[in-house]
Amino acid sequence: MNTFIRALTPGQQVGLLFVVLFGVLALASLMAFAYSLREHAEGDPRTRELADVRGVLQTSWFIAIVFWLGWAAGETVATVLFAIVAFFALREFITLSPARRGDHRSLLLAFFVVLPVQFWLVATEHFDLFSVFIPVYVFAALPVVTALADDPQRFLERNAKLQWGIMVCVYGMSHVPALLLLEFPRYEGKQAFLVFFLALVVQTCMVVQYLVGRRWPRKPVAPNVSQSFSWASWFAGMAAGSLLGTLLTGITPFKPGQALAMAALACATGSLGHLVMKALKRDRGVTNWGGQMKSVTGANGLLDRVDALCFAAPVFFHSVRWYFGL
Amino acid sequence: MLAKLMSWFLLGLVRVLTGAQARWYGCPPKAEQRIYFANHQSHADLVMIWAALPAELRSITRPIAARDYWTRTPFKEWITTAVFNAVYVDREKKEGEDPLQPLVDALAAGDSIILFPEGTRGNQEEPQAFKAGLYNLALRFPGVVLVPAWINNIQRLLPKGEVIPVPVLCSVTFGAPIRLEDGEDRRAFLDRARQAVLSLREV
Repeated sequence: MNTFIRALTPGQQVGLLFVVLFGVLALASLMAFAYSLREHAEGDPRTRELADVRGVLQTSWFIAIVFWLGWAAGETVATVLFAIVAFFALREFITLSPARRGDHRSLLLAFFVVLPVQFWLVATEHFDLFSVFIPVYVFAALPVVTALADDPQRFLERNAKLQWGIMVCVYGMSHVPALLLLEFPRYEGKQAFLVFFLALVVQTCMVVQYLVGRRWPRKPVAPNVSQSFSWASWFAGMAAGSLLGTLLTGITPFKPGQALAMAALACATGSLGHLVMKALKRDRGVTNWGGQMKSVTGANGLLDRVDALCFAAPVFFHSVRWYFGL
Repeated sequence: MLAKLMSWFLLGLVRVLTGAQARWYGCPPKAEQRIYFANHQSHADLVMIWAALPAELRSITRPIAARDYWTRTPFKEWITTAVFNAVYVDREKKEGEDPLQPLVDALAAGDSIILFPEGTRGNQEEPQAFKAGLYNLALRFPGVVLVPAWINNIQRLLPKGEVIPVPVLCSVTFGAPIRLEDGEDRRAFLDRARQAVLSLREV
């Protein structure tokens, strides 16, 4: 088995990975479908559970397909794809942040200048500029545009919210395709594995955390922010994610210990970032991003699905770069 | 052909920018003759409600457009005529002319219409008092179903005086139809209609 995999080209190895991934997802979906055929009494708690599991499965399918498309179509297309995801995520974020008329120009700047430029910097591998473009230049420029709109009411709050939205949705998301362009020695053509590693480890952590919290509910740590977040389920999620990361050492440029540390780091930032976003949602009085509207556009609740990744990606990216001196 | 392409382009654009979500509470999308009446905060309202309707209804529903604004340039006129199939109304009253006549003609021909009974764009949170047009039409066409609609968030898409729209999720909520009761007072009916629109904000 091992020799067979080693004999494959990097491209074939990544392809095989996707075959396995889609196989697992298909199997899980099939099981959920078979389970849904069984008769359930009205109001059976398991019916709700099943709906939740379906939601998780949907998210996983969505992420898997985006990654597959990104890998199959090449780095440029992958970057564009992530830019589109960032666009819709930012749209959701902005919708739920109170903005006044004076914010219009700075919002335009965020959507139509900052977002494309950031992803262009990624695609053209301007790594030095790409990591400071938003925190330094954009953060200096945006308040100026807002100030010129001549509306001081809640100025700090409005600016802070916009900058936060850009930081999470654009800056965070842009670090995912940036991973594709990191050049490790003896790891050419296999960077897709690194993106896959990050996404899978973070998603596994989130799913396990959710399932454990569901099965063995404990006292929530911050009940006003999240009813489901407890230390026990968080540790379970962390353990599962880190363990999976260690098992996946073979597809990364890391040694087992490094893979464990990197996976733990990604899981911690991802799951805690998700908690932070929950606090933000509570502040706006909603439980889901865009949850107030049932949508057929497919854009709804996108931020719920990608926020963990948005937090994990920059930390993962910069720690990998720093540790390996790339 | 060009109009078809333009309508696809506009639909795509509106969906990317706003999501163009239609939420049907109180009545299903149905091909019966209707007057949709909604709050009016932006010129984009017309495009928004047009995009939110299903394709089958879009072709039998005609929005009302203010003649002075929407015929100002040949492009605007072309878009409202060829793409939206709009009915023009004059906002300024002319001597001896019924400003409602174009709407009456459209309804008599069997079309559904989209009406903004405030008459002009408001920039307040709540809609202004409704003008009498809705009452007169309801009186004249008792068979037409009156559907209230609330357009949410659109004022953030394109505030007055701005040119480029900013992406923000918007939605159109359609509520339960109302009807003109026998002998109901004009003001009472218009206030009730306004309340029906306003109550959809919280749904």
